[in-house]
Amino acid sequence: MVGLTHYLALSGVLFAISLAGIFINRKNMILLLMCIELLLLAVNFNFIAFSRYLGDPGGQVFVFFILTVAASEAAIGLAILVVLFRSKSSIRVDDMNVMKG
Amino acid sequence: MFELMFFGMYAAVLVGAAIGVIASRNPVHSAMFLVLAFVTSAILWVLMEAEFLGITLVLVYVGAVMVLFLFVVMMLDINASTLRGGFWAYAPVGVIVALVVIAQIWSVVWLRNQEGWGLVQKAPAPQDYSNTRELGAVIYTEYVYPFELAAFILLLAIVAAIVLTMRRRPGLKIQDISDQVSVERRDRVRMVQMDAERD
Repeated sequence: MVGLTHYLALSGVLFAISLAGIFINRKNMILLLMCIELLLLAVNFNFIAFSRYLGDPGGQVFVFFILTVAASEAAIGLAILVVLFRSKSSIRVDDMNVMKG
Repeated sequence: MFELMFFGMYAAVLVGAAIGVIASRNPVHSAMFLVLAFVTSAILWVLMEAEFLGITLVLVYVGAVMVLFLFVVMMLDINASTLRGGFWAYAPVGVIVALVVIAQIWSVVWLRNQEGWGLVQKAPAPQDYSNTRELGAVIYTEYVYPFELAAFILLLAIVAAIVLTMRRRPGLKIQDISDQVSVERRDRVRMVQMDAERD
């Protein structure tokens, strides 16, 4: 029988992989955004698992809101990326140093 | 027994897809692996009896967000090779951080598991159970203000994305709507006094 621990372990592994992805792909901004999506997905797993095993639909409502915010974040992030590419012709994170003090 | 088998299978696919996302050389392949990860997650959510959210994940993420990602990846002319430098330089740091995070999460989960979660194993939902109905029953009553805030955030995201990506290019031959609307008669028509002509 699949228990809460199984889902928590899966979520932890997924979270760790996407965190490693942020370190490994630190030059490519599109991949950074994708890794953030994966992080949010891993967190959603926790919410749904606890919602299931506590019998409380509140967890699923929170996943609903997280999905909303993540979708908005992806849209705005990609819009910023497009604007940045227009002005710098590059999406390297290293090139984004105009605000360096 | 079957549930455990399905869970193991899809969990393996999910972890493989996640590794594919972070290790692919081509951003398009990364996006495709992310689609696979989302679909597999949706299946696992359905396994957890969160059917509505599983379908929402497929519709919203695979159908909209990932298409947006693919559009942007294909629209921008990215030289992928210059972005790949330092992959092996940063890989050890990433792996170490990942292992630390796994160890931390595992220790907490293990500790709680020793004490017992205090949860009862729930029986599968009855046949006429509707996850959508259950979510709707709380989302429009208990969580109605957060729900409206979520709607507002979506509106904000639409406006922000349009405003950010809109650019004014000078010298473009386009209609200026406000000029057209605010035009008055005296701007266009000139009354001329003149004698009648005859020949």
